[in-house]
Amino acid sequence: MRIKVDSEKCEGHNRCFVVAAELFELDDSGYAKEVNDGKVPAGLEEKARLAVTNCPELAIVIDEDA
Amino acid sequence: MTTEPAKPPTEPVSDWATDYDIFDPGYVKDPYPTWDGLREKCPVAHTDRWGGSWMPTTYEDVRKIAANVDIFSSRNPLVATAGELAEPSPEMEERATAGAPPISSDPPVHTWSRALLLPKFSIKEVAAHEQPTRDLCNALIDDFIDKGRADAAADYAQQIPARVIASLLGIPQERAGEFTGWVQGFLEYGLTNVDLRSGAAMQIMSFLFEQIQDRKANPGDDLISYLLEAKTDGAPDPIPEPHVLGTCFLLMVAGIDTTWSSIGSAMWHLAQNPDDCKRLIDEPELITSAIEELLRAYSPVTMAREVTKDADYNGCPMKENDRVLMNFPAANRDPQKFANPDEVILDRPINPHIAFGVGIHRCAGSNLARMEMRVAIEEWLKRIPEFRLEDPEAVTWAGGQVRGPRKCAVVF
Repeated sequence: MRIKVDSEKCEGHNRCFVVAAELFELDDSGYAKEVNDGKVPAGLEEKARLAVTNCPELAIVIDEDA
Repeated sequence: MTTEPAKPPTEPVSDWATDYDIFDPGYVKDPYPTWDGLREKCPVAHTDRWGGSWMPTTYEDVRKIAANVDIFSSRNPLVATAGELAEPSPEMEERATAGAPPISSDPPVHTWSRALLLPKFSIKEVAAHEQPTRDLCNALIDDFIDKGRADAAADYAQQIPARVIASLLGIPQERAGEFTGWVQGFLEYGLTNVDLRSGAAMQIMSFLFEQIQDRKANPGDDLISYLLEAKTDGAPDPIPEPHVLGTCFLLMVAGIDTTWSSIGSAMWHLAQNPDDCKRLIDEPELITSAIEELLRAYSPVTMAREVTKDADYNGCPMKENDRVLMNFPAANRDPQKFANPDEVILDRPINPHIAFGVGIHRCAGSNLARMEMRVAIEEWLKRIPEFRLEDPEAVTWAGGQVRGPRKCAVVF
C-alpha cells in the first residue's frame, strides 16, 4: 500500500498526522507530506485509510495495491 | 450612516427556504431541524433579511463554494447588518486600511499573509501554550469548586481563550475581560447593532494600535513583535503597519468568541451525557477524536463570502455582491456525509468535518483551539468528573455567525 499527499490540495488541517503520525510529517506551516516515499508498513494500513477518510480536503490518495 | 434592514427582523419567518433569519431565537437555540428541512427541500436557501444572503446547508455545496475563491470572495467575511459601519476617523482610516488579513483577503495578499501566520500556529508552537493553559483552567476551577455550582460558559469557557490570546499577543492578562467585551460587541451583539459594532471595532483598533507602538519601542517574543519583523516570500518588507494591525485584529476577534463557544458547547454536552464523561475519564486517549466529534456536532462558526460576478449556482441566480453564508455547522450534520449526524460518537472513526472551514481559509488557529478545548475538558473532568445542568431551560445561546452557550449553569 502506498499513500501520497497532494500538496496542491493540502490546507494544513493536520488530521492525517494526528490519526497516523507514523505515516506523515508536517512542515513548519503545518502542511503534510508522506514519509518513507509513501510506503505503508504492514500493520498500518487501517491508519492510512483513516488518514484518507478524515482529510477534509480529499488531499490524500491511496494505492491499495502498490 | 445607517439604513433600515429590508425587512424588520422581528417579523416571524414565513418560509425558511426564502426568508431565513439566523438571529431568530428559536433557530439560535435549536437550528438542527431547520437545516434538515432545508437540505431536503432547498439546500441553498435565500433571505432578504439583514441585507440579504444565500445559505448552503449541505457538505458538498459548502465545500464547492469554499473552493471557488474567484467567484466567492472573502473580502467581507461577516454579514454586515442593519446598515453600514460608521465611517472611520481619518486617523483610524490611515491605521487600519488592511481589513483583517488573511481571513478578509483573497489571493495574492491572502497567500503571504497566511504564510506569515501559520508557523506560529503549528502543533509544535501551540504545545508551548499548553501548560499555562492548564494552570489557567485550574485557577478558574479553584474559584468555584467549593461552591458546588458554576456557570460552565461564563465562569469557565469564556475565561480561557481571551487569556490565551492575550498571552500570545504579549498583552497583560488583566485586560482580557476588557477585550472580551469588545469582541462580543463586534461579533455577537454588534451583528444586529451597527453602532455597537462600529464602536467595538474602533476600541479594538485603538487598543491594538497602542500595543503595536509599544512593541516597536520594546520588542518581545510575542506575536505582535514577530509580525513587525516577519519576512516571507511575496510579502512587502517590512510588513506595513496597517496590515499588522489588521492581522492582530483578526487574532483577537477570531480567537476568542469562537473557541469560547466550542468549549462551552462541549461542556453543555458533557453536562447532559455522564456516560461520555465516564468514557473520557476511563479512556483518556479518546480525547483526540472526542474533540473532533464535539467540533463537528457543535461547530460554532459560519463565515461569509461575497459573490464577485453574476453566477448561477445550482439553479440559484447569484448576483455580484450577494453574500453567501458558509454554513459549516449544517454541513457537518449532513446525513449524506456523516452517518447518524445528530449523534455524538466520541470515537467516530470517519470525521472529515469542516468546523474550521475548508479550502484556503481553513482556520489558521485550529491547533490552538483544539489544544484549548482538550485542556479545558481534561482539567475539568479531573476535578469535576460528575456534573449536570442546573436547569436545562435556563441555558442561553448566542447565535448568528458564532454559536455557543452564554449561560450554562451546572451543579456538582
